[in-house]
Amino acid sequence: MAGKIVIVGATSGIGQAIAHQYGEAKRSLWLLGRDRDALDRLAADCRIRYGVEAAVSLYDAEDMAAPESLFTDASLDGVDGAILCQGYLGDNAQSRRDLTEWKRTLEVNFLSVVACLTPLANVLEKRQNGFLCVVSSVAGVRGRQSNYVYGSAKGAVSVFLEGLRHRLFKAKVSVTEVRPGFVDTAMTFGLPGLFLVASTEKVAGDIAHAIAKRKAVTYTPRFWWAILTIIKCLPRFVFHRSKL
Amino acid sequence: MRSITKTISGWGLYPQESCHLFRPERERELKEIVAQEPKFLVPRGLGRAYADAALNADQGVVLQDRFSHFLAFDPKTGILECEGGVSFEDILETFVPRGFFLGVSPGTKFVTVGGAIAADIHGKNHDRDGSMGNFVEHFHLMTADGGQTKCSRTENADLFWATIGGMGLTGIITRAAIRLKPIPSSRLNVYFEKTKGLDETLERFTAMEGRYPFTVCWMDMLATGSRLGRSVLMQGDFAAVSDLHGDPAPLALRLPKKINLPFTLPEATLNALSVKLFNTFIYTKYPHQKTKLLTIDQYFYPLDVMNHWNRGYGKRGFIQYQAVWPFASSKEALKKTVQEIQKAGANACLNVLKPMGPQGEGWLSFPLAGHTLAIDIPFRGDKTTRLVKRLNDLALDYGGRVYLAKDAFLSPEGFRRMYPNWEKFLKLKAKIDPKGKFSSSLSRRINLENR
Repeated sequence: MAGKIVIVGATSGIGQAIAHQYGEAKRSLWLLGRDRDALDRLAADCRIRYGVEAAVSLYDAEDMAAPESLFTDASLDGVDGAILCQGYLGDNAQSRRDLTEWKRTLEVNFLSVVACLTPLANVLEKRQNGFLCVVSSVAGVRGRQSNYVYGSAKGAVSVFLEGLRHRLFKAKVSVTEVRPGFVDTAMTFGLPGLFLVASTEKVAGDIAHAIAKRKAVTYTPRFWWAILTIIKCLPRFVFHRSKL
Repeated sequence: MRSITKTISGWGLYPQESCHLFRPERERELKEIVAQEPKFLVPRGLGRAYADAALNADQGVVLQDRFSHFLAFDPKTGILECEGGVSFEDILETFVPRGFFLGVSPGTKFVTVGGAIAADIHGKNHDRDGSMGNFVEHFHLMTADGGQTKCSRTENADLFWATIGGMGLTGIITRAAIRLKPIPSSRLNVYFEKTKGLDETLERFTAMEGRYPFTVCWMDMLATGSRLGRSVLMQGDFAAVSDLHGDPAPLALRLPKKINLPFTLPEATLNALSVKLFNTFIYTKYPHQKTKLLTIDQYFYPLDVMNHWNRGYGKRGFIQYQAVWPFASSKEALKKTVQEIQKAGANACLNVLKPMGPQGEGWLSFPLAGHTLAIDIPFRGDKTTRLVKRLNDLALDYGGRVYLAKDAFLSPEGFRRMYPNWEKFLKLKAKIDPKGKFSSSLSRRINLENR
């Protein structure tokens, strides 16, 4: 396999690192995002740096109808697979009283993933090969008081992917869910209480590795698996007294 | 825009100051910070300025590392257009294999294009090719109101020359077009020779003038009397493919394995004995009147091999002192400077001596025709401060100047005498930045301000 790689949310910190990861491996890229200027810069950079083809398309994760027309048999010709890294952290406290805030958090993190994966899965299923990968989050593993709106959207992604993976097993299309911990991006820069922050390069390397190995679920960096296993196992009478 | 409050320093680890760090990723975010943030701002690339040029005590520092995209490249002209945060390391990795090298490179590849322009950096080829400014076609500058101005030799020329060497005080370079130079291979023929004293060192510079495009020299800082100034000269030129003995990849960038200095060494590591051993070792290690084939990294960036080499000087860090003196007085100034450092028992060893060519057009540009010496001096409190201030006075006495990207102790009076264009600079700054939005710990220390 040496086909084209689709990256949705390509101008995000992780998205850009993924573009570099595959650009360096001389893969053609199709970059999607909502910031035209940032897309053009990333594409120009990949073309100059790696000598690869890089196409761009505008895509706003709040537009649920767009993926249907973006991802067709024709447009996905020569595509190996797609990596979705659109995300919106949102403000959990604001979501208590602001409809637009929680709605946006759910739309960008969950509904847009469904909107993209539906046409992508249909094409790849017909073709009987390829991969799909979604960057979710350790926040989706257990709902915590500080971040449960974002967490619930990411948790919903997990369940959706579990089902999609089941469905596409026969079609030999791999479905990978990547759960990063704290990553050094614009989303987290300047937030209090961060620890063990990983670089986007490290996360992108882990993502490419998980896709190549056709893994179902992977944590990046790896040690988050241990941390989340403990958090998941905490009995409620302990968990509820924590500030997590 | 969120910021992080953090104590940071330049590469010399002195001074250390608490600053508010901003890290925009898009031009519109940068614009928002510049136009709305009430704090003073200074841009910061990879933090290789040694002292306080990219520090802003209790004020804002705008990190440029996310502006690291190449935007256009024309292989016919070698002109690369890129964002200001692109590193020289990235440029080398991408363009050396295509047969291009930087027009000017400092002794580290961990600098950004924006920082290189702001300090108007020079390299081992200054006497022949001049400084960074000579290789800049144009750039876009975000000024205090958040707007962008395209500057070149023909468009907004005043702002162009004020920004080249302007230490980030005119605004933020968002994109720049720089000219790369074609090279036949990624290896250099380097001619080594040793001299017995300062007279011979400077005579050899003159005798070898024009023979090699790159010249650098290490001086034994402990030699005294007639041996004072004994040196190892290393002059290089890119090798022709025929010199590479049939190497199948003449342009491959052969990167060295990197090592890491994981912790700060105790200050006692550098003592009279270890420094003496080091100096003697270097002087004896190098060959005499021999040519060796070296990689780009071996010749240009020997210290880059070790991550965090600056930790070798102990937790109080070091001063990299660099001055340039005109040819007429440079021999005397060099002798006095070295003697002053020896008298202070400063345990200095790493140093670079080079001839420089004529002054460029950057208003606050450092280089001038003469000899320049850069030397690491471990920082050991007041006695180091006093020593460096004495050296600054010496530089003034001999008509020299010190490099703002490295200086830590220059006074406002000293600065104005060394950089006669200061008044012209401040006049322009009053026009484009009337509220003095772009200000740094350096600019306030040397009073390069309209306040």
